[in-house]
Amino acid sequence: MQNDDATNPAMLWVLDGEALWGRRTGAADKACADCHQGMQGVAARYPALHSEKLVNLDQRINLCRTEQQKAPALQLESRELLALSAYIGRQSRGLPIDIAESEQAKPFLDSGRAAFNRRQGQLNLSCTQCHVGLAGNKLAGNPIPQAHPTGYPIYRLEWQGLGSLQRRLRNCMIGVRAEPYAYGSPEFVELEYYLMWRARGMKLETPAVRP
Amino acid sequence: MARAIIQVPARAKRGDILELRALIGHVMETGFRRTESGALVPRDIIRQLVCTYNGIEVFRADFHPAIAANPLISFTTVATESGKMEFRWTGDNDFSATESAPITVE
Repeated sequence: MQNDDATNPAMLWVLDGEALWGRRTGAADKACADCHQGMQGVAARYPALHSEKLVNLDQRINLCRTEQQKAPALQLESRELLALSAYIGRQSRGLPIDIAESEQAKPFLDSGRAAFNRRQGQLNLSCTQCHVGLAGNKLAGNPIPQAHPTGYPIYRLEWQGLGSLQRRLRNCMIGVRAEPYAYGSPEFVELEYYLMWRARGMKLETPAVRP
Repeated sequence: MARAIIQVPARAKRGDILELRALIGHVMETGFRRTESGALVPRDIIRQLVCTYNGIEVFRADFHPAIAANPLISFTTVATESGKMEFRWTGDNDFSATESAPITVE
């Protein structure tokens, strides 16, 4: 289902993204396609540093919108933004995740790792306890994965729609009864960065389909 | 108009069994859910998918509230002649979408 474009429901978003990609918008009256050619491999490199700040792909799209297109930023988790990031991500399908390590990015990686290892919530669980210690076992009948974010944004059957990695992370945080970070908060992006770094070398399967 | 993705083999031999797939973006709101204030969210679903092969109906499906969002329907028919395969979805709130693909039968 996931690898067949005729049955992968996330392709509905990818097609929307393709249309948005070529549409002129903002005060600069520019379309994404006016500056960018192919975006192959781009999604495999995010989150990445952008002028000393760590940004994920969605935030990077919004930076392009506000700085280059002079258009208002799209709301995180909005259909348009998910469509664009799915369209960009689709072009990297099959490519290995390639997160660059650098001295500058090290503090972000460390704080993402610390968040992954930190016990939190009323259940007092860390990400590691399930996704490393108990990976492969079952939780409520479902297999516990190793938390490699290889297919985001994903079409999740439970959501009946497309969602970002941050939405999925919120799901886990609510599950351990912790207060989830806000969408787009630095804590979330650092955690995303650590997870992508941890999955480096694995092939991207965007847009993935998951239960 | 809603986005739809259909899969029809471009060419086939006469008498072949064709597998057709039709995926469409739709919320399929059941009409049983409530908002935070308790008001019922009105039903908004696709009611029917009809597939015609050169104008002849070869498949029809009635949809109900329990069908998930973005429904995917897969079915088979027999290749008889070259022409056009047309899919038409209709539903609540005057929803209507069509998508078609050509097919060559040798």
